[in-house]
Amino acid sequence: MNTIIDDLVNKPHSGESHYTSKDFKPDVDVRWCAGCGAISVLSPAQRLMPELGIPKEKIVFISGIGCSGRFPYYMDTYGFHGIHGRALPIASGLKIARPDLSVWVVTGDGDNMSIGGNHFIHACRRNVDMNVLMFNNEVYSLTKGQYSPTSHRGQITKSSPLGALDDPFNPVALALGASATFVARGHDKDRQQLQNLLLQAHQHKGFSFVEIYTNCRIFNDGAFDLYTNAETREEHSVWLEHGKPMVFGKQKNKGIKLDGFRPTVIELTERGNSINDVLVHDQHDSTLAFILANMTYAENLPRPMGVLQSLTNRSSYEERVVEQIQHEVEAKGIGNLESLLLGASHWEI
Amino acid sequence: MDKLIEHLEEVTVRFAGDSGDGMQLIGTQFSDTAGFAGNEVNTFPDYPSEIRAPEGTLYGVSAFQVHFGSKHITTSGDFVDVLVAMNAASLKVNLAQVREGGIVIVDREGFDDRNLKLAGYARNPLEDVGLAKNHVFAIDMSKELKKAFIEVELPSKLIQKTRNIFALGITYWLFNRPLDPTVSWINKKFKGKEDVILANAHALQGGWNFAEKNPDFRKQYVIDKSKLPPGKYRSITGNQAVALGLVVAATKAHLPLFLGSYPITPATDILHAISGYKQYGVKHLQAEDEIAAITSAIGAAFGGSLAVTTTSGPGLSLKTEAIGLAIMTELPLIIVDVQRAGPSTGLPTKTEQSDLMQAMYGRHGEAPMPVLAAASSADCFNMTLEAARIALKYMTPVMLLTDGYIGQASEPWRIPDVDKLPDIAPNFAADPSTFKPYVRNPETLGRLWAIPGMQGMEHRIGGLEKEDGSGVVSHDPINHQKMVELRQKKVDGIANDIPDLEVMGEPKGDLLLLSWGSTYGAAKNAYENLRSQGHKLSFGHLRYLNPFPKNLGDVLHRFDRVVIPELNLGQLKNLIQAKYLKRVIGINKVQGKPFKAIELEEKISVLLTMTNIKKWPSKKSNLDIPVDL
Repeated sequence: MNTIIDDLVNKPHSGESHYTSKDFKPDVDVRWCAGCGAISVLSPAQRLMPELGIPKEKIVFISGIGCSGRFPYYMDTYGFHGIHGRALPIASGLKIARPDLSVWVVTGDGDNMSIGGNHFIHACRRNVDMNVLMFNNEVYSLTKGQYSPTSHRGQITKSSPLGALDDPFNPVALALGASATFVARGHDKDRQQLQNLLLQAHQHKGFSFVEIYTNCRIFNDGAFDLYTNAETREEHSVWLEHGKPMVFGKQKNKGIKLDGFRPTVIELTERGNSINDVLVHDQHDSTLAFILANMTYAENLPRPMGVLQSLTNRSSYEERVVEQIQHEVEAKGIGNLESLLLGASHWEI
Repeated sequence: MDKLIEHLEEVTVRFAGDSGDGMQLIGTQFSDTAGFAGNEVNTFPDYPSEIRAPEGTLYGVSAFQVHFGSKHITTSGDFVDVLVAMNAASLKVNLAQVREGGIVIVDREGFDDRNLKLAGYARNPLEDVGLAKNHVFAIDMSKELKKAFIEVELPSKLIQKTRNIFALGITYWLFNRPLDPTVSWINKKFKGKEDVILANAHALQGGWNFAEKNPDFRKQYVIDKSKLPPGKYRSITGNQAVALGLVVAATKAHLPLFLGSYPITPATDILHAISGYKQYGVKHLQAEDEIAAITSAIGAAFGGSLAVTTTSGPGLSLKTEAIGLAIMTELPLIIVDVQRAGPSTGLPTKTEQSDLMQAMYGRHGEAPMPVLAAASSADCFNMTLEAARIALKYMTPVMLLTDGYIGQASEPWRIPDVDKLPDIAPNFAADPSTFKPYVRNPETLGRLWAIPGMQGMEHRIGGLEKEDGSGVVSHDPINHQKMVELRQKKVDGIANDIPDLEVMGEPKGDLLLLSWGSTYGAAKNAYENLRSQGHKLSFGHLRYLNPFPKNLGDVLHRFDRVVIPELNLGQLKNLIQAKYLKRVIGINKVQGKPFKAIELEEKISVLLTMTNIKKWPSKKSNLDIPVDL
């Protein structure tokens, strides 16, 4: 079963393999608009790559269509710019065929939630080991400003001049509902935290979904300001950290407490409340993850950011493929072409 | 009483019953046994798209036809010599196909009032003089089965399930067939279920014994071995042949095989087969939809696999955008379309050749791709290897057309010696210092294949137009024209790398019968029959539809008249007329069934007798001809 591929791709990496972020910047101009949130994801990604310790010829970025689709052109690795909505199955096929690769998908709220929605839910449940960065700007930007599956009801866009009538997806809840093992949310205004999220996504063996709030200056400017700007985000979002109490607020004076299954906000400075009342994050608890995900559009609750869930108890799909092959080979031996062609019964003339 | 023996050259047997009656199973066994006995065989499964349609209904009838003989057999048979009908509905649906004087074996218990009513018979046809032109054997099969099991203790429910095997035993007696191949199949199939093995084996022998002892069965028919070249043979369907072809092609190319597929009739058997080949290192993904099926294959192709997707018409429609992506990224990919009757959901289990235009042109933009078509079930193996060779050598997706008929029909296949099949050489890049993603092999115009993991050749490709050579995204107008023309030239150039069209019969003259795909069998048969009647006509068959063989234009213009039979309304005809400015007479059938040789024979004889307009269509009146037959 040895193929020519094994020889081609398993050669030891020759020469320098200690990279800097510069090694991942190809010699092309970045053509996103000035101030685009996508640029704020590109640089953490380029800074992260040298830390992974993977030869860059083993890294592949795959995208669909939309502003996010250009991302692979800006990473000096292998890259594939697919068609609208299909980045995930392209990446799945590649990773299943080539488990030795580090596979990254860059997609958007239109690409991934709308035209690629079916692929998304199936990729979540299948758990192929890849890292999916979904740029959510709550608008179709490359087609110049229509409402998207994450736009809010009433949002005024070119195709909803009187306000969008749809209710939005909650991407992290959708991912959890479809059995994704790693689900996180970050944003474009804190590159260090984002880089850290990407690293955790990479380290997770299985399907990692990272929703990234990316501001579109042209068609939906300021959509996430409340949750991402340095001045307001501490009051309006809670950064989840495994094993730590869910405390937020500029003065770290508020916490999330569970009232039955309902999360509520408590003031830590009030009499009778203590840090011991505050919910402690457990990223391995899938029940908790659903509760946290559903805080997203809830009024009077901070928006959850960080890693909502990271389950390590499920093997990845491509591993199972390899195991099944190994199991068959152990049970029956390496396939013999001659006997395959002979089939169940044959005769001689 | 001594039985009579009659020798026959060829026979067609058709098994018909309810969809749950196991007709496909006994048909397959019968044809395998005929192959085992040294006959040439061709089969035709004909079943409804409902899985278990209500019992006794006309639309629930499932049939399996076997044409076998000592002579060369290329079709599943024009007329039925022996019909096995398990109930009234299956007699009604199939009787018209029985040759006058043919044998009809029925299970009389399938002709009770309820069955007669469901079949729409006002009177019991078994008592009708209309059946008198056939030899009818009306047998109470359940009763006779019970008798056969008198000394064997098994649950009667289990015994009754073997009614089909009992009927098979009767036909084995009729053609004096060995029981061993089916007995050993039963043993394998039901391994570990001793009572089921016993029931089936006993029913088979019981059927044989019943006929042997029954004075009504007076004559046995003997079909001698045919003159096949020596070698090892097996029975194979087109779908099986594609699956085996893929595994062999990957081995010959030293590449891993990846199949992305979504279940669709009548292509699913390829997925079934490939999914069982884990021992051979084959990977497959049953994707969430047709689009994911092909795009996962494109991802695998980017990673260096021999990548494949298999489908039928509706699935092909869904894959079209992704095929354009494979054309743009110039990645090797095999798309197998097992055509079925359309449009839309159409007749899912019935055959047609109506996806040719979609295979040729069914994409936005100028998107040329090679199109191949297999001529028969066994030929699916060869053409799969060809598809792989062309895809890898020219870095292009390749469309392989088969159809529901040859996909599911079986014929004997001489098993090739794998070691003697030629290697397939993928077009891998070797030198990082000169590598650019769209630098081409000057001879084939195929770009070089660099896959992730190859150091120093990191590159980005995708659906956007790329600059010639460098592969950088480019919107330059002159570059776009150049790239569009290069992609076309690459596909056109494959004409230098495929065999010329061979012409049987006169090299030039009056009439050329030209077939493509699965019409090969019926067309060749019609040609041979007409030749043997002394007619002068010629025959050619196309396996390569894009590009066409280099000599096709010359060949066409050497004949006054060109006739193309197709299971569509004239798709190849239109392609050929447009490209070669040669008027073509079409013979078109869209009934969900393959051509019968006799249908073609009759229509062509009419043409051949029109001596006064022998030059028709003449050059002068080229555009005024009444058209098709």
